[in-house]
Amino acid sequence: MSTDMQTPVQGRPIAESRGDRIRRVLSSRFASIFALVIAVLWTIPTAGLFISSLRPEDDIRASGWWTVFTDPSFTLDTYNYVLYSDSQGGGLIRNLVNTIVITIPGVLVPVAFAAMAAYALSWIDFKGRNLLYIAIFALQVVPLQMALIPLLSFFSQGLHIGDLAIMPAWNLSGVNTIVQVWIAHSIFGLPLAIFLLHNFMRELPSDVMEAARIDGASHSQIFRKVVLPLVTPAIASIAIFQFLWVWNDFLVGRTFGGGEATRPLTAVLGDMAGTWGFGWTRLPAAAFIAIIVPLVVFLLLQRYFVRGLLAGSVKG
Amino acid sequence: MNISALADRFGLLVIGLVAFLAILLALYGLAELASRRDRSRAVATVFLAPAVIFLLVGLVYPAVRTLVMSLFSGDGTEFVGIDNYKWAFTNPDALQTIANTAAWIVIVPLLSTGIGLVYAVLIDGRRGERTYKALVFLPMGISFVGASIIWKFIYQYKASGEQIGLANQVRTWFGLDPINWLNVSVLNNLLLMVVLIWIEVGFATVVLSAALKGVPTEIIEAARIDGASPSQIFWRVTVPSIRSAIIVVAVTVFIATLKLFDIVRAMTGGHHGTDVLAHNMWDQAFRLGNDGRGATMAVLLFALVVPVVIYQVRNMRRQELEGR
Repeated sequence: MSTDMQTPVQGRPIAESRGDRIRRVLSSRFASIFALVIAVLWTIPTAGLFISSLRPEDDIRASGWWTVFTDPSFTLDTYNYVLYSDSQGGGLIRNLVNTIVITIPGVLVPVAFAAMAAYALSWIDFKGRNLLYIAIFALQVVPLQMALIPLLSFFSQGLHIGDLAIMPAWNLSGVNTIVQVWIAHSIFGLPLAIFLLHNFMRELPSDVMEAARIDGASHSQIFRKVVLPLVTPAIASIAIFQFLWVWNDFLVGRTFGGGEATRPLTAVLGDMAGTWGFGWTRLPAAAFIAIIVPLVVFLLLQRYFVRGLLAGSVKG
Repeated sequence: MNISALADRFGLLVIGLVAFLAILLALYGLAELASRRDRSRAVATVFLAPAVIFLLVGLVYPAVRTLVMSLFSGDGTEFVGIDNYKWAFTNPDALQTIANTAAWIVIVPLLSTGIGLVYAVLIDGRRGERTYKALVFLPMGISFVGASIIWKFIYQYKASGEQIGLANQVRTWFGLDPINWLNVSVLNNLLLMVVLIWIEVGFATVVLSAALKGVPTEIIEAARIDGASPSQIFWRVTVPSIRSAIIVVAVTVFIATLKLFDIVRAMTGGHHGTDVLAHNMWDQAFRLGNDGRGATMAVLLFALVVPVVIYQVRNMRRQELEGR
């Protein structure tokens, strides 16, 4: 048997070496070219936008970004205008601050609440636990589009059953409208965060929990001193997920964010891009301001992000 | 720029964070009290209350309400039965929206997964693999709106003079006339899909590349020794061994595609025959003020997601069993 297996292996290098090698070199060269083409194709669009954002507006109107290689001319004026100008299409610093103000609680609140819920669902014994977990798990199916109209009317009109007011209208206005966006993001982020954290917490060794219980630790002590430190990497992944989602979100910010002054940057940009009217030459700079923060976070913390991605999609 | 406007916003942030911290402390206090008396049910209630309240008020109740609204007229005053659904399946614009969505959910997952898979296989074990991966993965960090702006510049059209959009410039270099890409029906749909594919290929590459690392090299080596060609190895060894990862990627991209709103909104606003379900839902409800039709579109979206998620869950469970 073993000689049978070996003969063709030993025979091959002599009989097929040349054809084999040519084929291998060809296919590896083709593979290299293909990989390179994809890598370049995927990079050019972003690079083009970045270059455009640094060009004077008249140049943007007159020629493509690739002409900078023969005729370079750069300025930071557009950035200055879109961020700080009081004229139309400027003052986006306000919306950038909105985005920051929306994102911080938009990440902290759902992650904290999800961690607590996930702990209860994985380590506290109570009746109906599995049923509740399955219900929350199933909520991942509900697209947030299903919730938009009623949730918005909930904020503006409150909650009534017949004439009975269970919750009065919130009547938020001005900057306070941002509270609606916090709550909406927290709600929509919960099902996935609970699901992922439950997966991680369930995997923790039960003897560690038992030992802590025997030492007389309460559930809230175990949660804070044993579980949270152990699942920190998982929480980091989920927080990065939620950060990218909230920072890059258009739909929730546009729907719940009130007037233009209180909307996040991405929502304002989405409308500017949609109309493509006056001031389109300032879009590259404006867009790049919105893009750069998540991109840097993404590059620096890619490892955690990928881990979360794999846990969420492949492992389940 | 008005400094006080910025101060207002940060002030709100501080108030919000302090309130949140106070709620957390109160919850931990309650949990501590309940723990001391060793009442796990009470502890569980405290731990679960915030999430459950949020989900009931913000997702369960609204979803049911949307279902009901889809049976009512645009202003929500009159019960109309299934009239909105009749509209969705007879009105030409609504039908076009459904047809477009159908095309999106077939083409985008197929191409994203396909390109991602081929790319992952080609760069696997190659020098500079990490860089290759990072370049393609980068768009995942960019918002759909940002990506739309990037691509809108590429598709930009000028009737005369020097072109400033790369796509038309390339045409001009080949001696062809520029095209107003986003106004050309049917083709414009594909051009919008390109934006989403550009984003999702990175996701597919990263997940599939990780799955590839799990394929034992002995199997591929053995196939090579048996004289299998690279394409045979790809189709008969590589693809079957990471089959479940491929399905998970395709399904994940499918769900993202179905819910797509931003790209259509930012690039065409749904005009020129490019509307899709998730965008039309928003347009009907919030721009045209027809809550009934908007709700109907949301329900159709929901109906399309459910079977896929069930399939996804079963696939994951099987994978978990295989893993053990």
